[in-house]
Amino acid sequence: MLYSIKIATRYLTATRGQSLLLVLGVAVGVYVFVFMSALIGGLAVLLIDRTVGSIAHVIVEPADRNPALLKEAPGTLLAVLKSSQQRPTLQSAEAYLPILETAPHVSVVVGKLLGNGFMVKGEAVAPVQITGLESKDISAIADIDASLVAGSSELMLGTAVIGSGLAESLGIGIGQSLVIRSERDVEQSITIGGIFQLGLAAVDNAAVYLNIRAARVLLDLPEGLSRYEIKLDDLQQARVVADDLRARTGLKATAWQDQNAQLLEGLTAQARSGDLIKGFALVTIIIGVASALLLSTYRRQSEIGIMRAMGASRGFVVTVFVIQGALVGLAGGLLGAGLGYLSLLPFPPPELTSGGGLPVDYRQGAYGAAIALTLAGAIAAALWPAYAASRIDPVKAIGP
Amino acid sequence: MIDGPLVEVHDLTKDYEEGDNVARVLKGVQLEVARGELVALLGPSGSGKSTLLNILGTLMRPTAGSVRILGQSLVGADDFVLTEFRNRHIGFVFQAHLLLPDFTALENVMFPAAARHGRERREDRARGSELLDRVGLSDRRDYLASQLSGGQKQRVAVARSLMNAPELVLADEPTGNLDRESADRVMQLLTEINTSDGTGFLISTHDEKIAARCRRQIYMVDGKIAHDSR
Ligand SMILES: Nc1ncnc2c1ncn2[C@@H]1O[C@H](COP(=O)(O)OP(=O)(O)OP(=O)(O)O)[C@@H](O)[C@H]1O
Ligand SMILES: [Mg+2]
Repeated sequence: MLYSIKIATRYLTATRGQSLLLVLGVAVGVYVFVFMSALIGGLAVLLIDRTVGSIAHVIVEPADRNPALLKEAPGTLLAVLKSSQQRPTLQSAEAYLPILETAPHVSVVVGKLLGNGFMVKGEAVAPVQITGLESKDISAIADIDASLVAGSSELMLGTAVIGSGLAESLGIGIGQSLVIRSERDVEQSITIGGIFQLGLAAVDNAAVYLNIRAARVLLDLPEGLSRYEIKLDDLQQARVVADDLRARTGLKATAWQDQNAQLLEGLTAQARSGDLIKGFALVTIIIGVASALLLSTYRRQSEIGIMRAMGASRGFVVTVFVIQGALVGLAGGLLGAGLGYLSLLPFPPPELTSGGGLPVDYRQGAYGAAIALTLAGAIAAALWPAYAASRIDPVKAIGP
Repeated sequence: MIDGPLVEVHDLTKDYEEGDNVARVLKGVQLEVARGELVALLGPSGSGKSTLLNILGTLMRPTAGSVRILGQSLVGADDFVLTEFRNRHIGFVFQAHLLLPDFTALENVMFPAAARHGRERREDRARGSELLDRVGLSDRRDYLASQLSGGQKQRVAVARSLMNAPELVLADEPTGNLDRESADRVMQLLTEINTSDGTGFLISTHDEKIAARCRRQIYMVDGKIAHDSR
């Protein structure tokens, strides 16, 4: 082994220019691999950040009461009526809190009171979605603080933080007061404390955040919560956590993937096309290494013949060429991954960019995988030339 | 079993097949060489000298007949066994002094030992230097093979053939590419080694003067041994 390494390195350094060119070619393939990994990873971060960043990862709600338990008698028509007025609530919500907060991967739990209503300003009336929560929790799920365009995000008893689209349609600004009426026909007068713009039209055009105590009065829900919204430290664990919480609480728990099937499909498709390009890069590397080594076995066939005549085994010849492949793969892998890292480093991570620019994520360059796959690919590429070299007939190679 | 005469060949035939044509190149060769003999192999071009040497060197398989070297029959042995046997017991010197051009003179000489042990051992380095000294090339030890003259290359090849102290050295026209002076020098070297080490030599040549320095001459004609001076 030691001696085969010596011969392999000598062969590579003897034809220095060609070896350098070969390593450079491999490095380019590795660079493409690293760049694609960073780009696909970065795009995913960006999309997830823009979408999942503003929504809960797991939502815990009261379980649906199962109407199928009612038996339909012959000759009767069974109509299931659900009250649109009285929304289901988590009655003793506080009891669940310790379970949710201590579950694995859970980083934030926010209790919310939800309801519908209208805002009235003179002649203008706008339908709104009312969310009541603790003032400290306002930025826990969607980052309202960071999206604030005017005022403050603090929720006091008489203030509201509303979406920018809603403010525009009602023609109101910070400090102005107006009347809000809930689906329970309760009315309150509130002052606009803050206006935000998340960039999600559905939210910006209808959301009204209120202090939870004000919301209790407005929605006529003196106790309980509509639901808990949970953020996780690992997005990919959402389904596992949801299953776990469902089992432990008996409540309905939904993971973000099950509310955003399209996003997930898009991400998967993106990752797959990225894998395809990475696969092509690897194939290019393999073809390049194989053809270069095949050429080398051809050029060195008389030397290989002489080595065989001197008592070098077939295995020895195979090892010499496989090691050449491995060395080329390793050098090209390290060079390509290193250059990839250095050229990706100046790009800020996608979640910190304000859009625009290349959404590459240098943390997702898959450098280790790139080097390992290149090494494995180069070794595989060397197998055929190595086998061919070991089959060289010394008599023919040495000549008359 | 490593015993018996150096070379024993009976009824050796070799056919080359080319398409439908079968050319019989060796036509029943009988040959015995004792240990430590210095034998010249003569004969016109195409008479089968190289073919015989390649078969004795286990580089080629005979079509029929028996070949024993040091008492060991090698006809049915697999490649691994043949390679190992070659490495330990047979040295080669070829006409086209085939060295590894990207390796130094010393590295070339050490090759047979390094191939056996998987590394260049210190004692092999010492022996390699000693052999280079013996062929008068100690000052060219660290030159790349590609930087040596034809005569120097051939002396390196002689040193290499002796590295693993083989009982038999096969030399196919070792002086064929050399001028008179270099040829004499190489031949001088081979006879010296034969006398001092008792290494057996089988040397094919077209040069009567070279052949005359051997104690035994074998003449091949058309795939048979036509005359044996013994
Ligand atoms: N690989 C081969 N395929 C077919 N025929 C071959 C092959 N090698 C050698 N021969 C033929 O075998 C015969 C003997 O060849 P060989 O090389 O043994 O002769 P030689 O005595 O060494 O000749 P020279 O003195 O020219 O080296 C020749 O007629 C040659 O054409
Ligand atoms: Mg010949």
